[in-house]
Amino acid sequence: MKTNQPSLLLTTSPFIKAKHDTSWIMWQVNFALSPVVLAAVYFFGSGALLVILAAAAGAALPEWLVSRQRGENSLRDGSAVITGVLLGLTLPPALPLWMAFVGGNLGIVAGKLLFGGLGFSIFNPALVGRALLQAAFPEAMTTWTAPGAGTFFSLPAASLTPPFLKVDADVISAATPLARMKFDGELTNLPDLLLGTTSGSLGETAGIVILLAGAYLAARKILNWRIPVGIFATVYVLGATLHAIDPAAYPPGLFHLFAGGLMIGAVFMATDPVTSPNSHPGCWIFAAGIGVLVVVIRAFGGLPEGMMYAILFMNAMTPLINRATQPRVFGTRRRGGWKR
Amino acid sequence: MLNFVGPGLLNSDRRTFRHGVHPGDFKEMTRDLPIERMPFVPEIVLPLSQHIGAPSKPVVQPGARVRRGQLVAEPDGFVSSTLHASVTGRVKAIERRNHPSGAPVNAVVIETDPVSAQTLYHEHRLDWETMAPGELIEAIRQGGFVGLGGAAFPTHVKLKIPEGKKAQFFIVNAAECEPYLNSDFRTLLEHTDRIFLGVRIFLKALGAVRAYIGTETNKPEAIERLRQRMPADLSCEVVALETKYPQGAEKMLIDAVLHKEVPSGRLPIDVEVVVNNVGTVAGVGELFEFGQPLIERIVTVTGPGIRRPSNLLVPVGTLLTDVIDHCGGMTDDVRQILFGGPMMGQAQRFLNVPVMKGTSGVLFLTDREVVHRDEYPCIKCLRCVDVCPVLLNPSRLGALAKAGLYEEMMDYNILDCMECASCSFVCPSNIPLVQRFRVAKGVLREEMARKKDRAETS
Repeated sequence: MKTNQPSLLLTTSPFIKAKHDTSWIMWQVNFALSPVVLAAVYFFGSGALLVILAAAAGAALPEWLVSRQRGENSLRDGSAVITGVLLGLTLPPALPLWMAFVGGNLGIVAGKLLFGGLGFSIFNPALVGRALLQAAFPEAMTTWTAPGAGTFFSLPAASLTPPFLKVDADVISAATPLARMKFDGELTNLPDLLLGTTSGSLGETAGIVILLAGAYLAARKILNWRIPVGIFATVYVLGATLHAIDPAAYPPGLFHLFAGGLMIGAVFMATDPVTSPNSHPGCWIFAAGIGVLVVVIRAFGGLPEGMMYAILFMNAMTPLINRATQPRVFGTRRRGGWKR
Repeated sequence: MLNFVGPGLLNSDRRTFRHGVHPGDFKEMTRDLPIERMPFVPEIVLPLSQHIGAPSKPVVQPGARVRRGQLVAEPDGFVSSTLHASVTGRVKAIERRNHPSGAPVNAVVIETDPVSAQTLYHEHRLDWETMAPGELIEAIRQGGFVGLGGAAFPTHVKLKIPEGKKAQFFIVNAAECEPYLNSDFRTLLEHTDRIFLGVRIFLKALGAVRAYIGTETNKPEAIERLRQRMPADLSCEVVALETKYPQGAEKMLIDAVLHKEVPSGRLPIDVEVVVNNVGTVAGVGELFEFGQPLIERIVTVTGPGIRRPSNLLVPVGTLLTDVIDHCGGMTDDVRQILFGGPMMGQAQRFLNVPVMKGTSGVLFLTDREVVHRDEYPCIKCLRCVDVCPVLLNPSRLGALAKAGLYEEMMDYNILDCMECASCSFVCPSNIPLVQRFRVAKGVLREEMARKKDRAETS
């Protein structure tokens, strides 16, 4: 034999792979979140950054500890950071930092690690963290400051409250647009909602920035556009219908879209692939369900905002939706996933 | 990849199938290189198993002299094939030799006669017009023809229409959707008229009324040439198909050309269609032109790991080492050698394996292309669901396969998987989906056969 045998690798096909991996996808989401974080810092000062960092650190710590036990470092895949940052964006600007940190811990541990880590969550981990914080610290979680209060570098005194001590009561609270609507019947102007010059949690404010970030991710096919579009359409139609019936009691459709956590929830949380359905028709059903629940909670429930519960509820419905919406297999009359 | 409304709704003349991937075509390296005849080499190895079905039975003894084109092995059963000497020489041995599938297989080894002129044994023209369909099929069977696209299914078996069925349409598969390969493209360009002759013979053998030649839009020169040279009296249409993998999969091709879905577990003939690879059709044309059985084929030798990429006309049984030498040798960083394309090809361990009837290409990949990727957990991103051409849910199937729940995979139609590897290609978590499906399907088939056996014996 003239040719020397090189050392050849024996694997099975395919021998080529698409370019991007899961880690790239996750860091792209983090990248898309960065303008939302910047907007939060712009409106609420450096304190906002600290809250988000505390939540992200809180999420990263248990992820790192647990993956280290298995001799890996799953922090590198970037998914825990998304959870932390997203949680931070759902928190009030003047939340004591230790609470944000604990929220990150809770989200990752109770929402992700207990189920088996990345890919196995049933509920969106960031929202699990937020739901648990809401249950544990109802007062702090509903104390909202107005944007632009204080100078950029002045921290709200409440931020640095040591763990388990009573929060200083010097926070100038300002009702969120949804609370004003619900309890006082006052409507916030649309331009304020669009640009984010309203009170609310950190990521609830700049609707336009979130929309642009979502459009970026959708264009890169990282996010399933059907989910936000489905939510927007359902909420708008339902909101506008209620408004047409009784304009005094119910806000217009556009208000619903840009007020509260709807925008960030629809773009960044409902679209979490792990906890949303695994078929496109299923995603439409999932989105419509969230839209209906949000409007129902906002219009008829006891709470001013219902995005978190709407998503968590539809997360729970996801396995059922999956089962009912598998596509018809080529050359058959049956759907995948049903007993032969 | 994510279809907005589905092309079918926008355009009723849909010339593709649903889903699929765009792996990039990498065809430039050999696209414009004319077919070049590979010289005869000193030793030829003809494995008795080069096709789907029973291995052939040798009809020559060691020491016998054979002429180029002479029969050396005959079919053993209906689904089997004949085998002819691809050189004039002496049968050196019938012994176990390395085979591209990995396991050694019995082969007829021929020592080439160095002074022979290598003319064809019994060169003659077959008059297809006076032959009955049955005689045409018998001639094709005698010629040892199998599917040249890669699967190597005996052609005469496809042509024998089962009782009560009929073939209306004949499709020539020239999609060549595998990246890197150009053997079909070169055949279309350089053997155009031979293809038309083959089409006539297939139409007559099948009793079919209409033929189609399906090829992807990334071969515009071929499409133009076919249309220009198409004989007016031939009921044949050239169909330009979207460049998308796996456009050349039989069921996908039929869906694209005729908008017919072959039912699960059934064959194209159940929708009155027969499909054959363009290489096979051109080969059959050659058989009727001057009596040459299937003893050579066009092979694209390509990839960054070979110094002189080429499109070669290679005598069947030529060893890979000789092909490599003829193509200027390998680069130092070769890491993988594949028979076939990168999506469905087979990695080779040894260099002394022969080019077979079904070898459409030899691909040399280097350290730059062969990269290890870490596996992440499935994040249910739906990319695999979006590409699966038979509309399975690879994500779900992958989870079941990893857990070894093969029985449950039946509920998700695992047996409809045709192992095109699109799911593994797109998976961002680098999960070896199709690799696990192959194992699962193997186990399930075995189990089903065992169950059937038990049912029969009891």
